Amino acid sequence: MTASRREFLQQSAAAAAALGLASAALAPPLHAVAPDFRGDASHKELALRAIDAAKAAGADYADARISSARSQNIGTRERRVTNIGDNETFGFGVRVLVGGAWGFAASSNLTADEVVRVARQAVAQARANRAAMVKPVELAPIHHPPVPNGVWNSPVRIDPFTVAIEDKVAYLLEANAAALAAGARFVNSNMFFLKDEKTFASTLGTVTQQTIFRAQPGMTVTMVSPDNRDFQTRQSTDVQPKGLGYEHVLDSDLKRHAARWAEEARQKLTAKPVEVGRYDLILHPTHLWLTIHEAIAHPTELDRAYGFEANYAGTSHLAPPEAKLGKFRFGPDFMNILAERSAPGSLSACGWDDEGVAPEAFHIVKDGIFVDYQTTREQAMWLDWWYKQRNLPTRSHGCSYAQTWADVQFQRMPNVNLEAGEKDLVWEDLISATEDGIAIIGDGSFSIDQQRYNAQFGGQLFYEVKKGKITGMLKDVAYQIRTPEFWNAMDMIGGKRSYELCGAFGDAKGQPSQSNAVTHACPPTRHKQVNIINTGRTA
Amino acid sequence: MSSRSLYAIAPHLSRAECEAITKRVLGFSTADECRVSVNSGMRQNTRFAVNQISTAGDDYNATVTIRSVIGKKVASVTVNRLDDASLRAAVDNSERIARLAPEDPELLPELGPQAYRDSIVWSDATASLEPEARAAAVRAISDPARKAGLISTGYLEANAGSQAVANNKGLFAYSRSTSSAFTTTVRTADGTGSGWAGASDNDFQRIDPRLLGERAIEKARQSVNPVAIEPGRYTVILEPTAVANLLQSITGSLNARSADEGRSFFSKAGGGNKLGEKVVDERVTLVSDPLDPRVPANTFGGDGMPNDKVTWIENGVVKTLAYDRFWAQKSNKAPVSAAGTLAMLGGTSSMEEMIASTERGILVTRFWYIRGVDPRTILSTGLTRDGTFLIENGKVTRPVKNLRYNDSPIFMLNNLLMMGRPERVSASEAGGPGQPIIVPALKARDFNFTSTSDAI
Repeated sequence: MTASRREFLQQSAAAAAALGLASAALAPPLHAVAPDFRGDASHKELALRAIDAAKAAGADYADARISSARSQNIGTRERRVTNIGDNETFGFGVRVLVGGAWGFAASSNLTADEVVRVARQAVAQARANRAAMVKPVELAPIHHPPVPNGVWNSPVRIDPFTVAIEDKVAYLLEANAAALAAGARFVNSNMFFLKDEKTFASTLGTVTQQTIFRAQPGMTVTMVSPDNRDFQTRQSTDVQPKGLGYEHVLDSDLKRHAARWAEEARQKLTAKPVEVGRYDLILHPTHLWLTIHEAIAHPTELDRAYGFEANYAGTSHLAPPEAKLGKFRFGPDFMNILAERSAPGSLSACGWDDEGVAPEAFHIVKDGIFVDYQTTREQAMWLDWWYKQRNLPTRSHGCSYAQTWADVQFQRMPNVNLEAGEKDLVWEDLISATEDGIAIIGDGSFSIDQQRYNAQFGGQLFYEVKKGKITGMLKDVAYQIRTPEFWNAMDMIGGKRSYELCGAFGDAKGQPSQSNAVTHACPPTRHKQVNIINTGRTA
Repeated sequence: MSSRSLYAIAPHLSRAECEAITKRVLGFSTADECRVSVNSGMRQNTRFAVNQISTAGDDYNATVTIRSVIGKKVASVTVNRLDDASLRAAVDNSERIARLAPEDPELLPELGPQAYRDSIVWSDATASLEPEARAAAVRAISDPARKAGLISTGYLEANAGSQAVANNKGLFAYSRSTSSAFTTTVRTADGTGSGWAGASDNDFQRIDPRLLGERAIEKARQSVNPVAIEPGRYTVILEPTAVANLLQSITGSLNARSADEGRSFFSKAGGGNKLGEKVVDERVTLVSDPLDPRVPANTFGGDGMPNDKVTWIENGVVKTLAYDRFWAQKSNKAPVSAAGTLAMLGGTSSMEEMIASTERGILVTRFWYIRGVDPRTILSTGLTRDGTFLIENGKVTRPVKNLRYNDSPIFMLNNLLMMGRPERVSASEAGGPGQPIIVPALKARDFNFTSTSDAI
């Protein structure tokens, strides 16, 4: 599931988790600019001390993660700054395997004594957990030699924490002024940054240090009807979160878009309510990424397929694996889903995952057929039979991740992307090829069942398409799908020119719930005859 | 829970430690006003899947947030290193940033000393729930499930910590709190049936793992091989968890400012808000009371304001909307500081009576993946999950496939037919303690299901 970027921003800004998802605790990710690792050498030393202590206490395997993360959130409304907050969190977590059972403990008190105490606590934890063990955990080998001094940084040009607060505030207030000048009744804007310096060490001899950055500027424009009976918002989904620095804020240029967003919110007030029925849907990348996230990325998490997330995120319709791998037709021949953690500026990019595995790119769907799941070292073993059958090594795809030092790492999705089509088609080509349809831009409301069959999605902007042309704006639109039919009803796909990196910070999974940041790059697509409902009601 | 040790209380900062920290920070401060918030504690958790523990962990953290005001400029800095050098640097940083901020026209002065009632949110039993005791609680579910050939998965979380707020106007507030939740999903081995049970309480001793296991096992068995029914408007009987899932979305809307600004369900056509208007059935009363022993909460808010008992909706009429201090002053109202709890008054109908009086309807265990669709009506969508049954001629006759709804708790509370006795539930989607909430089961007509789901 995902707590959308919006929800994430709302939670960071206010703390009112209105609807459900308790996600959006901040997590660390990225790499870059200046390798000014605080306490560089001492972190390595302490991480090694922790895993040595775990071994001495009886661990068969141990890893330690030390993180120093800084985040900043600046929020505004209209002409006022509502919030400037800096947050630094510092601590470490130790994970151990004892006789096939996991244990984990974490503390914010990073001292030589405390790392030893916490390592022993993790071992004691694992021993307690063994009492209920049925099947011991086995770890797949890592496909590369240990990395004793790995360094990786997000490719940022400007470290956001070197940019003056007054410049950031001026940027937001100027953008707000542009929205207000265009008639916005209300406007909220904000920017969020994260810099996480992570040190990892494992008993296999890998020690890595990574600096991960994230940046997201955002805006919401609200219009209210003169009689106070209606209000509509436009969220800045044209601007996506990235694994970049302050240059992403400058490139996003909220001020340049603000007047248009205000105008679009105004148009929504008088847009025509949609007539229910079946329509051909044309989905923009700023919308489609979320449908990919919910309906492809989540059900292909291997722990879900084996029932490990049944109590929260859910299981998967892609189960059992032996009935689905190599057999299930996800979509048309031109549908290819590639997972990776390397695209520059993407949210899940890293050098090594949170158990020291260098991630690799792999296909989840190839030529329309489902061929692989997302895995960690523990999970890769479960698909040993499949990899042998295909003459592939049994190894992790590098999908281990923990949101902070205080959380245990587990399987989280990498970037899961819909690859561009071979024909050089763009958004306008899909519109002009459509007789009677609806085009959707930007993500809105989203909900999907626990096995990822039945989903409902809204959006930011909905356009009526007649005879190859946009003929007006619609409102109160949502589509309901059954995912296998939806992807098999995809009949057009954009080419490389129309491929965009979109995504969110708030991908939630696990108990306690952890938040992952992930990109889903994709081109626009068209889907035949999708069920549209009208969500407008009168109170 | 006989294996629970009462001697190992999870670490958290004491009142004296918080006083010392806040005093140190205020001593470093050169700002016109300074507020210090200290939060500390342990999160203790155990997960299980496929009848065995999958992960478990304990983590400790302590954070200090410093909010500095210089003139009318404000900034906050949060750190989790509590040595003098780190705290001094954090104070300096917050003051430096504040100086660079524009003036806040809505800034109000910090509060002076306040009188607080003692909060009642602490439980030693929850605070000392060690890994062995948690593993034993898990086995109270996973052993019977395994013996029955079923697959149990679940999550136990127990938190213990303290919160303090102080400022340079002499305000100081401190409290300790615990929270816990235990939820489980039991599925049949062939994946054709799934049942859920869960509970949340600040006192883990009030949660009975064996009973939760029995309920989830029973539901898993009853829900096998569901049949599809046509979506449409149905009479529903919602178990308390399902009611809480829906009602939680009202809480965020009970805000005067967004209502007055015209962007809320509580906005009034033509201007203003719906205070004093009847919006739901007259049997509906919604309250937040930090001293309600069933759903207790801290007796002060983040800025040190005492939390009072607040009646949001009384006999169907909007009685109170939340006013922060600025909006209250602007609107000539008293500020409203409420605990984040929710209690709905109930009725006297039993579940059996509700079922027996229903000719055709749907019984819902809980809802899942609830997301707002239209804030104008608080309309949301989501799906039933882990125990959805058809009622025909006064009897539960068979399991049905899960259904997606598009409806609003406001409409549902207008279509109210019967209410049961309130029960505290675990209504957080992620299975953590979530919002303390106590609500009755209820029966309502014309609930809007818009599609079916194949998910089990």
